[in-house]
Amino acid sequence: MSNLLDINGLNIEFPTRRGTIRAASNVCLHVNAGEVLGLVGESGAGKSTVGNAIIDLLEKPGRISAGSIKFNGEELRDKDADQMRRIRGDRIGMIFQDPQTSLNPLMTIGAQLVETIEKSTKIRGRKADRHAVKLLEQVGITEAVARLKAYPHQFSGGMRQRVVIALALAGDPDLVIADEPTTALDVSIQAQILDLIKKLCKERNLGVIIVTHDIGVIANIADRVAVMYRGEIVETGDVAQILGAPKHEYTRSLIAAVPRADTKLERFTSVDYIEGATNNFKRIDIQNHWLGETRKQDYDGLALEVKNLDLSFVLQNAVFKRNRRMLKAVNNVSFSVQQGETFGLVGESGSGKSTVARLIAGLYRPDAGVIKVFGANVNTIKKSRANLSERQALQMIFQDPFSSLNARMRVLDIVAEPIRFYKLTNSESETRRIVQDLLDHVGLGAAAELRYPHEFSGGQRQRISIARALASRPRLLVCDEPTSALDVSVQATILNLLKDLQQELGLTMLFISHDLPVIRQMCDSIAVMRHGEICEVSDANAFFNSPKHPYSKHLLDLMPRMDLIKP
Amino acid sequence: MSQHSPKTRWERITDNDIMWSFLSSPGAMTAAVVSSIIILACLFAPLIAPFDPFDPAQISLWDGKLPPSWAEGGQSQYVLGTDNQGRDMLSTILYGGRLSILVGLAAICLGMVMGVTLGVIAGYVGGATEAVIMRLADVQLTIPGILLAILINGVGRASLPLELREEFAIYVVIIAIGLTDWPQFARVARGATLVEANKEYVQAARIIGLPSWLIMLRHILPNTMRPILVIATIGLALAIIAEATLSFLGQGIPPTTPSLGTLIRVGNEYLFSGLWWITLFPAVALIVLVFSVNLLGDWLRDALNPKLR
Repeated sequence: MSNLLDINGLNIEFPTRRGTIRAASNVCLHVNAGEVLGLVGESGAGKSTVGNAIIDLLEKPGRISAGSIKFNGEELRDKDADQMRRIRGDRIGMIFQDPQTSLNPLMTIGAQLVETIEKSTKIRGRKADRHAVKLLEQVGITEAVARLKAYPHQFSGGMRQRVVIALALAGDPDLVIADEPTTALDVSIQAQILDLIKKLCKERNLGVIIVTHDIGVIANIADRVAVMYRGEIVETGDVAQILGAPKHEYTRSLIAAVPRADTKLERFTSVDYIEGATNNFKRIDIQNHWLGETRKQDYDGLALEVKNLDLSFVLQNAVFKRNRRMLKAVNNVSFSVQQGETFGLVGESGSGKSTVARLIAGLYRPDAGVIKVFGANVNTIKKSRANLSERQALQMIFQDPFSSLNARMRVLDIVAEPIRFYKLTNSESETRRIVQDLLDHVGLGAAAELRYPHEFSGGQRQRISIARALASRPRLLVCDEPTSALDVSVQATILNLLKDLQQELGLTMLFISHDLPVIRQMCDSIAVMRHGEICEVSDANAFFNSPKHPYSKHLLDLMPRMDLIKP
Repeated sequence: MSQHSPKTRWERITDNDIMWSFLSSPGAMTAAVVSSIIILACLFAPLIAPFDPFDPAQISLWDGKLPPSWAEGGQSQYVLGTDNQGRDMLSTILYGGRLSILVGLAAICLGMVMGVTLGVIAGYVGGATEAVIMRLADVQLTIPGILLAILINGVGRASLPLELREEFAIYVVIIAIGLTDWPQFARVARGATLVEANKEYVQAARIIGLPSWLIMLRHILPNTMRPILVIATIGLALAIIAEATLSFLGQGIPPTTPSLGTLIRVGNEYLFSGLWWITLFPAVALIVLVFSVNLLGDWLRDALNPKLR
């Protein structure tokens, strides 16, 4: 029996002015009808490139240099551009990552569907309309007839992704390639979309390739898994085998790096297969170290106290107050954080958790409420050197490692900025020594100080961010999704670093994330936010074992199941 | 990854995408060569020019209005002929070009410093400050630039005492052109500032507790320089033209001091008497210079725009 798709010895190259980069080498894959193949790997592994190569949509100047792609027994590399275009619409469907940009905002959903149907099948006119309705119903959109006249902006992100799936199915394809189909979506919607893809795959006997970086997605949907690392497939196998008993060392460390939701581990283990992750974390004698100097002062109250916080954003301005449309981004939020604990703030996108972080950091001013950091009211502290200990007490680590560092400054100047501004040292040579020490401490090595941020990868940049935050000698560290832009293995090393630093320096942390397993690994207490309000505040163990609020239960139910992974 | 040693300053200059784009664009290379030949020749005019048009001993009215050396009646020492006062055209163009380029550079610097300062402040501070600065720029943009320059120039000269007018004419022209240039710099700087101010590195600087002026100076300004560099290059060509226009209209540099504009104007009076060379050669020099600087600016805009790469 021949497979639906057979890839053999595929090599993909990108010629650049610095020589040829091999994006994929000797890739061998096959997909059967009615089966979901998960293609998993971290960024830069070449998984999307392989997906694009199948449908001849390689980005320029990429080219296939060797190998064969056989679809239903036909060699796709022999087809010309015209034939490939027909195969793309009719027989291979694509689902892209971002539902915001993969639909034309100026056309109704119906028009886009009918256009695709008429192009790729023989159905015309009224029949095409009816077919479009049928497709929308299949992907779970209710009142499909009325929805045909709607524009993409009238749909939510999850609904849009359903429409994209309907579009991919319009030509009644045999194979669907889904490139990170749920990465831009919230967990609750992710689960629905994955269920839908799985259901369609079985019903229509489709072959599906899911390209993803997320082991959780793979665990929930895939039948078979191919693991890619640096352009090569290191391991292929049944999903239970790959997750439960991985053979290749890379797969093993990748799976070890996935945060677990069921138990809290001391640290992430054996993530040593990864770039620069040599565990060179050195203990320092905090009592006699520069970093420990502020900790000698005595204060035994709450590290952070937030009371009845309110903030509204103006959605639509108007001269008269009653005509203004406001969004309550933060609504009556209160919680408190003990010294030395890690407090997790969890919620889906738009829940207001990042806004709370920025309020606490003093970047926004609240409409009402009080924020006290180590007993000092954030919004009454004057920005002067006189009360520097209050200003310094709090530092923040941001989500996006690419925009959180000034590209025009050397790492040395970035990290030294707070030290120089507050004159924390007596001489420039001392400043330099401390910066080197900090960089060494976050695992970058002292030599990094003379380079510019663009020379570093995402994880390394996040380490620079951490070093900069530490340079102020903070006592409260606000981490706003510090790892959600990073690969899972890099995430594990960064989380390990944060844990180590916290234990060593006695830091208090406010940890903001949408990712429950990460929260589980990091936090002592947890607050759940939704629509700007806090649903539940509780101890981490109690929360994961017996959530009280229905929304918390809902969130926990949606977590990707990891039963297949053996601890 | 990226465990290689830090690049030296020279490597950073030669080994980057901009340099690569430059070396693979023949148009930009030609423009750069041509404009730097003209600019260098003009700046080193005292060393290169065969005559000094400011030295009365070297000028003789008997040699006035001579055609170029290859034309009938031309003399070999005056390659491009002489003007009505008997000055060698080639030397006069070099000295005049020097003045035009210096005026253009100074004017564009003035406009850039003023516009970027106001634009960054407007973008970062926002609110009423922004409204006032940007509306001012809008109002100024409704008046044609050259008319405004003539106005500022006229008022500037009228407010100077008579004996200083000749001496300070150049500075008045620089200020006049500079003041008409600032709104475009302010607009671009404000736009870039709005983008940068929302980035997380600016928030990080605010959390550290840096004062606003330091954030603007150290963090935002260096990150807004790319688009500003582009309009400064194109603006330089426009400023040179503005100087020439002012001088041509008799509003700028006095005719005793040669600039490209005054030369064209003087030549214009003799055009119908058949003395074409007095106008043509300065005009050609002006056009080639402005055209090549403009080409360079165009290329720079494309090279710095990541979307076009």
